[in-house]
Amino acid sequence: MPRFGAGYNRRDFMKLMGASLALAGTAGCSHGPLDKLVPYRNGPAEQTYGKPVFYASALPRDGYGVGVLVETNMGRPTKIEGNPQHPASLGATDVFLQASVLELWDPDRSQTVRRGKSIATWNDFLGTLQSPLADLAARGGAGLRILTETITSPSLAAQIHSLLERYPAAKWHQWQPINHDNLHAGATLAYGEPLDTIYRFDRARVVVAFDGDFLDDAPGFVRYALDFSTTREAHAAPERRSRLYALECTPTLTGAAADHRWPLRASDMIVALRELAAALGATTADSATTSAIPAQWMPSLVADLQANASASIVTAGRRQPPEVHALVHVLNAHLRNVGNTVLHIPPVVAQPKDQQASLRSLVDDMRQGHVQIIVIVGANPVYTAPVDLEFARALEQVPLKVHSGLYVDETALRCDWHVPAAHPLESFGDLRAFDGTLALAQPGIAPLYDGKSAHEIVATLAGDAASGNRELVEAYWRSAHATDFASFHETSLREGVIRESAPASVTPQLRREAVERAVSSHNAQSDAAAAADDIELVFVPDARTGDGRHANNAWLQELPKPLTQLTWDNAALLSPALAKRLGIASEDVIEIGTGDERLDVAAWIVPGIPDRSVTLALGYGRTAAGRIGNGRGVDAYRIRASDAPWIRNGITIARTGRTYALACAQTHHSIDGRDIVRTYTVSEAQACKPDVCGTPRYRDERTLYETPPMGPYAWAMSVDLSSCIGCGACTIACQAENNIPTVGADEVRNGREMHWIRVDRYYEGVVDDPRTLFQPVPCMQCEHAPCEVVCPVEASVHDAQGINVQVYNRCVGTRFCSNNCPYKVRRFNFLRYVDDVPGLDAQRNPEVTVRMRGVMEKCNYCLQRIQNAKIGADIEGRRVRDGEVVTACQAVCPTRAIVFGDLNDPQSAVNRRKNSPLDYALLAELNTRPRTTYLGRVTNPSPMLASFEASRHAPEPPPAGAVDTRPPSNR
Amino acid sequence: MPQVFSSRFTLVLRVASIFTLGVLIAAIIVYRVNARGDAPQDDPIDQPIPFSHKHHVRDDGIDCRYCHTSVETSSFAGIPPLATCMTCHSILFNDAPMLAPLREAFAGGKPLEWNRVHDLPDFVYFNHGIHIAKGVGCTTCHGQIDQMPLTRRVASLYMQWCLDCHRNPERALRPRDQVFSVDWQPPPDQLVRGAALRREYGLRSTRELTDCSTCHR
Repeated sequence: MPRFGAGYNRRDFMKLMGASLALAGTAGCSHGPLDKLVPYRNGPAEQTYGKPVFYASALPRDGYGVGVLVETNMGRPTKIEGNPQHPASLGATDVFLQASVLELWDPDRSQTVRRGKSIATWNDFLGTLQSPLADLAARGGAGLRILTETITSPSLAAQIHSLLERYPAAKWHQWQPINHDNLHAGATLAYGEPLDTIYRFDRARVVVAFDGDFLDDAPGFVRYALDFSTTREAHAAPERRSRLYALECTPTLTGAAADHRWPLRASDMIVALRELAAALGATTADSATTSAIPAQWMPSLVADLQANASASIVTAGRRQPPEVHALVHVLNAHLRNVGNTVLHIPPVVAQPKDQQASLRSLVDDMRQGHVQIIVIVGANPVYTAPVDLEFARALEQVPLKVHSGLYVDETALRCDWHVPAAHPLESFGDLRAFDGTLALAQPGIAPLYDGKSAHEIVATLAGDAASGNRELVEAYWRSAHATDFASFHETSLREGVIRESAPASVTPQLRREAVERAVSSHNAQSDAAAAADDIELVFVPDARTGDGRHANNAWLQELPKPLTQLTWDNAALLSPALAKRLGIASEDVIEIGTGDERLDVAAWIVPGIPDRSVTLALGYGRTAAGRIGNGRGVDAYRIRASDAPWIRNGITIARTGRTYALACAQTHHSIDGRDIVRTYTVSEAQACKPDVCGTPRYRDERTLYETPPMGPYAWAMSVDLSSCIGCGACTIACQAENNIPTVGADEVRNGREMHWIRVDRYYEGVVDDPRTLFQPVPCMQCEHAPCEVVCPVEASVHDAQGINVQVYNRCVGTRFCSNNCPYKVRRFNFLRYVDDVPGLDAQRNPEVTVRMRGVMEKCNYCLQRIQNAKIGADIEGRRVRDGEVVTACQAVCPTRAIVFGDLNDPQSAVNRRKNSPLDYALLAELNTRPRTTYLGRVTNPSPMLASFEASRHAPEPPPAGAVDTRPPSNR
Repeated sequence: MPQVFSSRFTLVLRVASIFTLGVLIAAIIVYRVNARGDAPQDDPIDQPIPFSHKHHVRDDGIDCRYCHTSVETSSFAGIPPLATCMTCHSILFNDAPMLAPLREAFAGGKPLEWNRVHDLPDFVYFNHGIHIAKGVGCTTCHGQIDQMPLTRRVASLYMQWCLDCHRNPERALRPRDQVFSVDWQPPPDQLVRGAALRREYGLRSTRELTDCSTCHR
């Protein structure tokens, strides 16, 4: 962080100032160096100078492909948009895909081949490999092991299979800490084969999620979020509107979106599921003795599910054991959902196998000296492997260790050779989406550091070091499309998806008895674990760093995690009740774990977690992530063992007496009965008239403000709070589009984060299980803007299209505007936040000014996109069409909660939204006349649960003390 | 206590201090006025190849768009790729020593680096395409390019200069067929014709043309 603090004293300051004053005079004598213009040799045909080019491609997300359009400016990938034609995207993306451009340009990426700690070349590596490979061939490959992550690429899988044919004694292992072992094992239990399950949330009327994460973690969740929101949006047709029941342990986006949420320990999910199955008559098992589902819920659940048979969905999250997933399959079959809302397809991954067992067998073989060469492609097992396997120690037994990855990570440091990997934005490839659809990937730029793709590494092992990434991928598809390769390749690359490549769904035979046997034996185990004083520890992938691979990405680190609003660190999340019982406050460092596997971690109190349950996110505590990620948070893998990879029972918690300052982006949590986020039930919403549902948009026509100028366009935005799931993708898309800097944890603690659109999170109701409300807040573009009247230099002014523009070159940094903004959406460059690390500047959007220190900035409705659309329309001599300007936050939104357009066009989508009686302005009583308004959040609670919920979520009076999880430092 | 310095010396000291301060202020003003990484106005800029617009435009009659291909559609008019130069210069003057850097760059050697003559501050977003579409000719801003053996900048490119035209675009608007003409001169009744063209082209209101957001973002 470029802070003017440590390292400078008064004398240095005086010297520097004196020198710069003296030099100021001499600098006046000559001109600065002239800028250079370097022409192309042959201009690329598709490139128009000054205009971006979009390439259709696919990027991996946990190994599964998501179709994207890569925006490149003069050959530099700068922004990711979703591919509307790809089924996993439909035009939207998620936070990780948005952040992948920063990863591409990350100066901490591995830049050279390394032999041990010294720099080497690719040819050195090939030379070293020659004699061991020759030995291998003689032994039939005995001693060769390849360790990859989950692979869906058919071309890469084919390469590995042909390598294994060449070396029959070699073995291919897969390991990814956030894997699908439980899902595949559950399907195997229920159907005899590891089928994948895909859901059609757009067809579902009732959804029951057990520890479910279909809105934020499951493969294909971007698509699921859109499908789900079509049944949730404020004006969804009554016959399509869905109801979501969520039983969950860690508060997730799924639970926050639910109409009915019940906090339940992750260990108890199977009990709840058994109860439901018994109540529905799906299983013959006796009903369990303990009651995990509240008694009031059961009649409503059963009635809803039975009334909507074949139009309901039961799901479970990946943390849950195979028995839960098997039982979910039984329930979905019983409810006749299979084939309607729940589809089974052959496994999407190239070779489904139990990854933990795969890793364990590798470790066993390494220990016993059976492994001569290990080639690790992409994975980082030294950091992510279960702690009891002691992977790093076993690895030392291997004579030749090769690692290929984007970073010189923990595993690379323990290998003999490291080869930099090509970033997905630098390589050709092919990926399957969650539903099996194939897409070809193409690079947006040539490899920056001569990185090698996985294809090239595997080809090298097979003795073909000459073929490049492109030839290897094309060779596979050429063999599959021998006759029509040219047209197939061109079409598939251009469209970003291979036509009709999704597999047909299958109707497998359910093994009901096997499932019931497994469930009842599992239940015996879990009963033992469910002792009255048992505390469970639940591991979750971090919402921002994933399994740790994104730890060096500053955008993701600084993006507030949904629900906790924490940035830059992980923490042990626990319920207010448990914290009170143990005498723990937020930011207290606690010692947590079992036996010798213990960890010191800061505590953070989160309402909505069941008592006797603690959640800890993986993906922190990296030691070799890079300058951003090193040393942030604590490493939860150190207490994650192979017998309990997700849920560990019987943990103990001890106070250490120390505290650790966490950086939380929101310091007030309760909505305190205010109508900042308005909520309605379906029946309330239907009865809603503009004068019934609270204040009108303009409270009073009388005003002291000047009437704003009106031009041919009047831009405005509407945010549907019914659709919004609070994922935060808008924030990071805005960051990528608008060159917004990151500030670091210390500055976040000072309240100086720079995000132009933030997602506020409020709680309403009882402390132990409140309702969670999300609200994205960009600049409201007030017609009567309080910021404008106080600016002494007219840097904050209105333009004729209704945008409250901030003129950076006028701003002198008085901060009066920010002080006078009731929405607190203005951001000030207190320090020089813009990073001048070489390389990072290549990511910046050339259409947006990079702001300097001392300048105020804020959302301007993606002015660059508006202006470019207007110029394009003006050149063609027409008006800008509705939907032609898409703001960055709108484009990325998986649920299409954000609509943007022209108020002067009566037919525009934004006008249709604003004509709704549910439309309201934030803080309308101030009469600022915001151009950004909201549609109230409409929920669809079960009438049978009305009195039960009313007792728990009474909005008035505000709960005493609300939920004050504010750390001492922020109170 | 007696005075350490004589009153005369004190006076000299004061005058000297004020003078030094004045020089400093003047130096800062000079710096502020000139501190831009841009070519000086009206001075021809040296280039690795002394490319003459005079020769190519006036003598050869090549249209602006032959080289500046994106001027009608994009913000950036475009610098021709070397292949464009070589369409002629692989045959004409193909051994001229003057063109050696071109041939070297085209053969894959040291890239050609033109010195930028027109360079706006980074917070200004100028768009060529819209100006061409609305009837602003090349020479209005770039001067008589057909008489420049070495290209020079004739406009100050200060905001005042931009605003002069954005407030009164009638002075510069041309009929469509004259936009790329280097011979066009405003007729005596330009203001009348310009006002008619302004309506015909559907120019935005002066208020919109002078909004900050028109050029800054």
